[in-house]
This record gives sequence, structure tokens and C-alpha cells, in this order.
Amino acid sequence: MSVKPVKSREGIIILDSEETENLSDVEIAVEKVSGDYKKSPVFYYYEWCKKCGICVAFCPTKCLGRKPDGTPFVAFPEKCVHCETCDRLCPDFAVTGAKR
Amino acid sequence: MATIPQKIIHRYLRRNKKFPHVWCMGCTNGIVLGSLIRAIAELELQKDNVTLVSGIGCSSRMPVYVDFNTCHTLHGRPIPFATGIKLFKPEQNVIVITGDGDATAIGGNHFIHACRRNIDMTILVMNNNIYGMTGGQSSPTTPLNGISVTTPHGSIDPVFDICKLAIGAGATFVARATAFHTIETSKIIRDAVIHKGTSVVEIMSTCHVSYGKLNKKGGPAEMLRFLKDNSITIAEAEKLEPEKKEGKIIRGIFHKVEQPEYCERYQALCDSLQKDEKPEAASPKKEEAKK
Repeated sequence: MSVKPVKSREGIIILDSEETENLSDVEIAVEKVSGDYKKSPVFYYYEWCKKCGICVAFCPTKCLGRKPDGTPFVAFPEKCVHCETCDRLCPDFAVTGAKR
Repeated sequence: MATIPQKIIHRYLRRNKKFPHVWCMGCTNGIVLGSLIRAIAELELQKDNVTLVSGIGCSSRMPVYVDFNTCHTLHGRPIPFATGIKLFKPEQNVIVITGDGDATAIGGNHFIHACRRNIDMTILVMNNNIYGMTGGQSSPTTPLNGISVTTPHGSIDPVFDICKLAIGAGATFVARATAFHTIETSKIIRDAVIHKGTSVVEIMSTCHVSYGKLNKKGGPAEMLRFLKDNSITIAEAEKLEPEKKEGKIIRGIFHKVEQPEYCERYQALCDSLQKDEKPEAASPKKEEAKK
């Protein structure tokens, strides 16, 4: 397996092939969007999202919003209380709630 | 190495499978799968020590996506397969995932006899009130007056209470959970896996495509909200008057007793027979010695 350079929050890190084998696609994707992710409390893996709207409907502080086509996004990052309700209720494992 | 957000679920998913998964958008099977994975992760079980067995149906598609020992079997027959696996490898944690129709209608006979034997396995029955995969036929758990493809004017059949059925058949751990209460569901599944004996967990889930559309229950979020608003714990149900309890889903652990387990009894029988054989083999010598 070829060694993939993966961008982390500190900068570009070349992961060992053994380390990337243990990572899932989502985890690698999370690493790639490091810049935005650091600001946003919730990370959406849009390739798996089916736009069902459960995360938006059950967010206790209404910090998530939906675009006209139904795509969820973090509308008010400052409102997030890190309860991880969206993480636990996502049927498609597309939401990763960041720990505080 | 940078820190990675702790999403336990992705460590347990099969990477060579096609994602997003096959279920409809907003299907609660995915939420229950997440609860199941969290329960197994909390127990810190090795992937090789967990076996998931499933039949046919929407919920029975679950084992395909997780990286345990899995077995996708015939319609209604996951429990016989699981019994065989458990008897051959008693150290395995066998978890059976079936739907309501799979467990109570087509495999009803296997279900009650597994409960009677008290064999150490966890049976998760995903109750979505309908046969979702085949297009919405009425199942034994379709509510009274519930509309389905085969009952267009409302079902007139009384409903199976899976928990009472399991208690009556002799299961030693019986609980009900809902898909919405994920932390509680994880706890109940964890207790069920630890429990020695047949554990039956009925998990109330939703089907907005087949059942929700015909009965005007709304979309995925509305149906999940129905589970949230209409379910009460056992402690809350004891305080309520019987009239107000109608139509409510009572969740919690209903029944938990310790009884001898089937694999242990089987092993004890084998051991006792082997002990009996040895004296018989030795007996001719004794007789010779007596002479």
C-alpha cells in the first residue's frame, strides 16, 4: 500500500502505511479538512449523508440548519454544547461530533 | 501524529463494503446498529469473539456492514444457525438480529423454543410494525386498525406482544428499548450480552416508507419524535393510570432471572456420561479382582 500524505491540524504529516491501514475513509477525510474542522464542532461526511434531517430536527440548541436541498450544515457553531445527539442519531454514520 | 476525533463506529465497519448503506434515508436500523456497536465497544469484546447471525429483512442486513463474524441466513431461521454456532463454540458471544416478521411469524417456532431452552444468546428483535423490505405487508405486530398493503382498510388482528411472548416461553432476560433512546438501548444490549441465558431485546424502530406513508405518520424525523413522545419507562408506567397507558410504549428491563444455561447443562450431561462409562470399562477388572 502506498504511503498517503495526510494533512493534519498541525500541517502535513506523512502517515506510515500501517497507520493508514488502521484508519477508515471517514477518519482520513476528517484529517483532510483540518482547517474548517477546527472551527466547526460537528463534522459532516457528505458522501455518506442521505439528507434525512434527523440531526437538524433533534439538535437541542438548534445550532444546525438545512440548505434548500436538505443538506445539513452547522449554522451557528457557537451554539453547540457538544451533546453528540447528532452523532448518536445519525443513521448513516455521517456525522462526527467533536469532543470539547 | 495528530489526534483523530473518537468515532468508535468507523473502527467496526467493513471497509470493503459499499457505503452509504442500503437502507432508506432516515431508517432507524442505522441508529440501532450504532447503539449495538457502542455496546460492544464498551464491553471491549474482541471482534473475533462476537458472532452476528441474521435472517432476511431490512434489519437483517445489519451484519453485512460490521467487521465481526457474521452469518446471513434463511428467512426466519437465524436462531437455529445461532444455536449450532453456540453449541460448537460456547465461548462466542452470539447475537441474533431479526425483524418482527422474521422472529415472530416466519421463525416464531424457533423463537419460542430458543427461549424455552435458555441457550446463551442475545436476540435483538427490530420491531417496525410491518414487513418493510417486501413492500409493506402486515406483520404480527401491525397495530389494530393499522393500514398496510395487505390490510388496506385497517388490520383487525390483535397484536403480538413480543416481550410477553418471550417471558411466557421462558427467556431469562427480556427488555424493550426504542431506536431513539440510544444510550439506554446501548446499556440494555450490554446487559443482555453479559446475561447468561436467552436474552430477548425488542427494539422499537420505524419504517416511514412502508408504514409511515400509508398511516400518515410523517417523515423519518416525525416518526422518531413519535417514539420519543410516546415511550415511558417502567417506573413512569407504574405511576400512570391504566387508561393513560394505552398506546404508550413501555421500555426497560421487564424480566431477569438466573437459570441453568443450555450449553452448561449439555456439557454436564456429557461429563456425567463419560464418568459413567469409565467405571463400566473398569468393572470387569473389578469382577476379576473379586474372583
